[in-house]
Amino acid sequence: MAIIERPSDTPALARTSGVVTPTSSYGYFRRPVETTGWKSWAFTVDHKKIGIMYGAVAMIFFFVGGFEALLIRAQLAQPDGTVLSADKYNQMFTMHATTMVFLFAMPMAAAFANYMMPLQIGARDVAFPRLNALSLWTFVLGGVFINSSWILGGAADGGWFMYAPNSSVPFSPTNGVDFWTLGLLMTGVASQVGAVNLIVTALNMRAPGMTLMRMPIFTWMALVVQFLLLFAIPIITVALFLLLFQRNFDATFFNVAEGADPLLWQHLFWLFGHPEVYILVLPSFGIISEVLPTFSRKPLFGYPFVVFSGAAIGLVGFGVWAHHMFAAGLGPISVAVFSVATMAIAVPTGVKIINWTLTMWGGKLWFSTAMLFAVGLVVQFTIGGLSGVTHAVAPSDTQQTDTYYIVAHFHYVLFGGAVLGLFAGLYYWWPKVFGKMLNETWGRWNFWLMIIGMNLTFGPMHIIGLQGQPRRMYVWTENRAGEGFFNLGFWNLISTVGSLILGIGAVLFLVNIWVSRKNPPAPADPWDARSLEWITENPPKEHNFDRIPTVHALDEFFHRKYEDVGEDGQHDFKQVKSGAEVIAEEEANAESHIHLPSPSYWPLILAFGIMVICYGVIYSTLLLAAGAAIAILALFGWALEPPTADDSEFDPPSSGGGSSSKELAHV
Amino acid sequence: MSSDTDLSTTTGGAAEAHEQDDLYHHEISDKNYIFIALFLAVLTAMEVAVTEISGVPEALLIPSLLVMMLIKFFIVVSYFMHLKHDSALFKFGFYVGLGGAIVLYSVMLTTFHFFIT
Amino acid sequence: MSDTTTDPPVTPESEGTDTVVADVVPAGYDDGQDHIGLVHHTSTGLSNTKLAMWLFLGSECLLFGGLISTYMLYRNRQGDALGPDQLWDIPFTSATSFVLLMSSLTMVLAVSAAKRKDERGTRLWLTVTALLGGLFLAGQVYEFTVFYREGLGYTTSLFSSSFYTLTGFHGVHVAVGIIMLLALVGMLAKGRIIGDKAETVEMVGLYWHFVDVVWIVIFTLVYLVPA
Repeated sequence: MAIIERPSDTPALARTSGVVTPTSSYGYFRRPVETTGWKSWAFTVDHKKIGIMYGAVAMIFFFVGGFEALLIRAQLAQPDGTVLSADKYNQMFTMHATTMVFLFAMPMAAAFANYMMPLQIGARDVAFPRLNALSLWTFVLGGVFINSSWILGGAADGGWFMYAPNSSVPFSPTNGVDFWTLGLLMTGVASQVGAVNLIVTALNMRAPGMTLMRMPIFTWMALVVQFLLLFAIPIITVALFLLLFQRNFDATFFNVAEGADPLLWQHLFWLFGHPEVYILVLPSFGIISEVLPTFSRKPLFGYPFVVFSGAAIGLVGFGVWAHHMFAAGLGPISVAVFSVATMAIAVPTGVKIINWTLTMWGGKLWFSTAMLFAVGLVVQFTIGGLSGVTHAVAPSDTQQTDTYYIVAHFHYVLFGGAVLGLFAGLYYWWPKVFGKMLNETWGRWNFWLMIIGMNLTFGPMHIIGLQGQPRRMYVWTENRAGEGFFNLGFWNLISTVGSLILGIGAVLFLVNIWVSRKNPPAPADPWDARSLEWITENPPKEHNFDRIPTVHALDEFFHRKYEDVGEDGQHDFKQVKSGAEVIAEEEANAESHIHLPSPSYWPLILAFGIMVICYGVIYSTLLLAAGAAIAILALFGWALEPPTADDSEFDPPSSGGGSSSKELAHV
Repeated sequence: MSSDTDLSTTTGGAAEAHEQDDLYHHEISDKNYIFIALFLAVLTAMEVAVTEISGVPEALLIPSLLVMMLIKFFIVVSYFMHLKHDSALFKFGFYVGLGGAIVLYSVMLTTFHFFIT
Repeated sequence: MSDTTTDPPVTPESEGTDTVVADVVPAGYDDGQDHIGLVHHTSTGLSNTKLAMWLFLGSECLLFGGLISTYMLYRNRQGDALGPDQLWDIPFTSATSFVLLMSSLTMVLAVSAAKRKDERGTRLWLTVTALLGGLFLAGQVYEFTVFYREGLGYTTSLFSSSFYTLTGFHGVHVAVGIIMLLALVGMLAKGRIIGDKAETVEMVGLYWHFVDVVWIVIFTLVYLVPA
């Protein structure tokens, strides 16, 4: 019923990884006991395993979404393209965006938050480990559910923003939109539950001495993101339910003939949708705020400013949503208000760019692959931000809206911002998570091909946007392509070539993983890093820290390695310990009683029940009832699950003395 | 076997004690709760009564209903949910959500010319 | 850049055990170790589950706010079909509102009993709360049946869709609350609550009061404020 951590008389903790079969159980339902094999992954509540699974599945969806993008680019490479029909094209751009936003970027950020946040704050797990597992499985099954639409009549085809009434049954008769709606409700549950979980974790489970302003910056940004999710997801939940009821129960919410206002959908969607883009980019901001200082051998410049500007971006981000609706007929007053608000949000973002630049300034720069990606973000995101400023000016946006200029903007901020940051995190924390370094040479090829590819793909989109190419047009023709050599035709072809280079660059990441798989174990402190998560082994032991560290400063790990011997206010840091020595010191003082949460069946079963409900809504009420029954059973099983096993159920303690420790779990 | 009997509610946590202290200082007795409930019932009756009176201009009626609604809302939240005497962090979590909802949806309704008749 | 201001004094012995019995130890759970003074050791001193519930309720404000706004936008869009003036039975709805309000009182009495370790009282008041909630729901069902018979279907008009969706969501929340209350009574009776019983009752109480508070808003905005 539990995994035993058995202390021995030697300082280091000995571990057993055997299976314990309980002789009796507390209640009706037992907890799983496996520590190896697929079951140890399926029923785990360990935040590290959950984080890895989040990342792996997110990576799969990255390539699914990328493939969808390549098909779009193939269709638009030539005039009168025949790769995709109009209908397939609509599905392709809808699913490309939906996949990239909801099934890649958000879960990948969740992967980092799940894995790193407890480690960065000195905790052994998150506040609610089973809820964490629920988040994972609802995401995974939600992603599977949405994508099953491809073979079940066609995917959603209304754009990722799914404007009404185009999303209603007369205009979108297949089940695609229902798959989209229900699937996003599922992933919404994942995000909502995860948000509550991680906020409580960050606020309540910090190591002694870790005040909020000593929290690592990635944890801070992740915390802001969780608040954004907490308040934004319910809004899209309302929109999704309205659409669901419209499509399935003939509600009239978006029937213009009945007097409905289609703008209701737009407001509800963008009230969520704008905070969503900050949800997408802030984790990457947090990641590079860790990477840049490490590889500049300097602390983050203006840590409080970075923290507060992150919070400000989150807050103001809720106030600008109607800038997605400048051409929708809101009227001049509304447009003016939102235009000004949108300009305001450039300020805290600019603060961050300045802080990152000043972090590097005067530093001893080490251009590891992680650093390349981080610097890449600063450059590429700035370009995207600049085009964003032109959108904030409502009159110019009225020209730009629904053209490829917008597509250029959001790909620069999303790819150049969110994606590059996530890759920086992958390279930076790979040794921590997997205990091996990724190959730096392959990493360089990965980086440069992605940079060249993305700029060749999205750079020209500014031009073709201003030349008038509309969004979401499945085909362009020669006689509409404009005059001269550098017309739509030319730039579309460049863009497609760029996308191929980008695709190859992305695949090189997978190649890197493959060729690095037999690398020797990574050193204890490969990057001479600064923050708390590095005071663990690579990969960390199951219980993370042998001893929960006491924190005395921001960048605690750095301060344990380096002592300030400067005089007269000058800082002069001399290394007094190596990272390995700091870790060894913790191990030498290991705690003897370590409690870890126990694995559980119920999160996976509940997620499965929810998925069955979703299939039931589309296909059959009987199926819906079956899913509901599974879900209710899972909820009761969860509530009635024993927290831990009895003393007698464990193997007797070794005769060497020391009492056995047990695992406890709560939620 | 376990230990049903051990699952008592003898808390002894230091933090719990700290919170308990707060509770004991601001402890609302059962009698007080009943009074509060009666007050809420009276307010509800007043709300209904006000709508029954004919000839009240809307400009007066609607604000008075909203005020009574808000009073009931905050009494339940502050006393029944104990938020008044609870941690600022709980207040933050709830009121940011509440305030955000009111502001955001009011702005949305404004763009629909909802408040300008 | 180091910030080495006041740190908590930490003795070598306590440094080990003090924090390891972290937040995964349920309060009051006796596993043979001395946890007195160490239970619920969280950075803020606040309970994990209570903080989680308040955050969740904050997010629910945005959910119900969206549904209420949709209703407010569409409340007059029924054309020639039935509208609020023809349908509402204010005395009846006042009665059901009163019932729900009283259930908040009984809920608070249940929490109070739980804090006093009055097990029978706790179970009694929880059951009464569930019954009152059930009575409220029965009133809702009756009310909707009357409306339906008078011609207000779900798809009749924008007004009707918005009304049923808003009150339907609220009703589902009440139903979930009733299930939680009854499950709580059952688990208390069988001694299956892990950890601080009073806190668990309080948590369910917070949810229940929130559902009541949403109804306070709905009753005023939907039924009383003239269309």
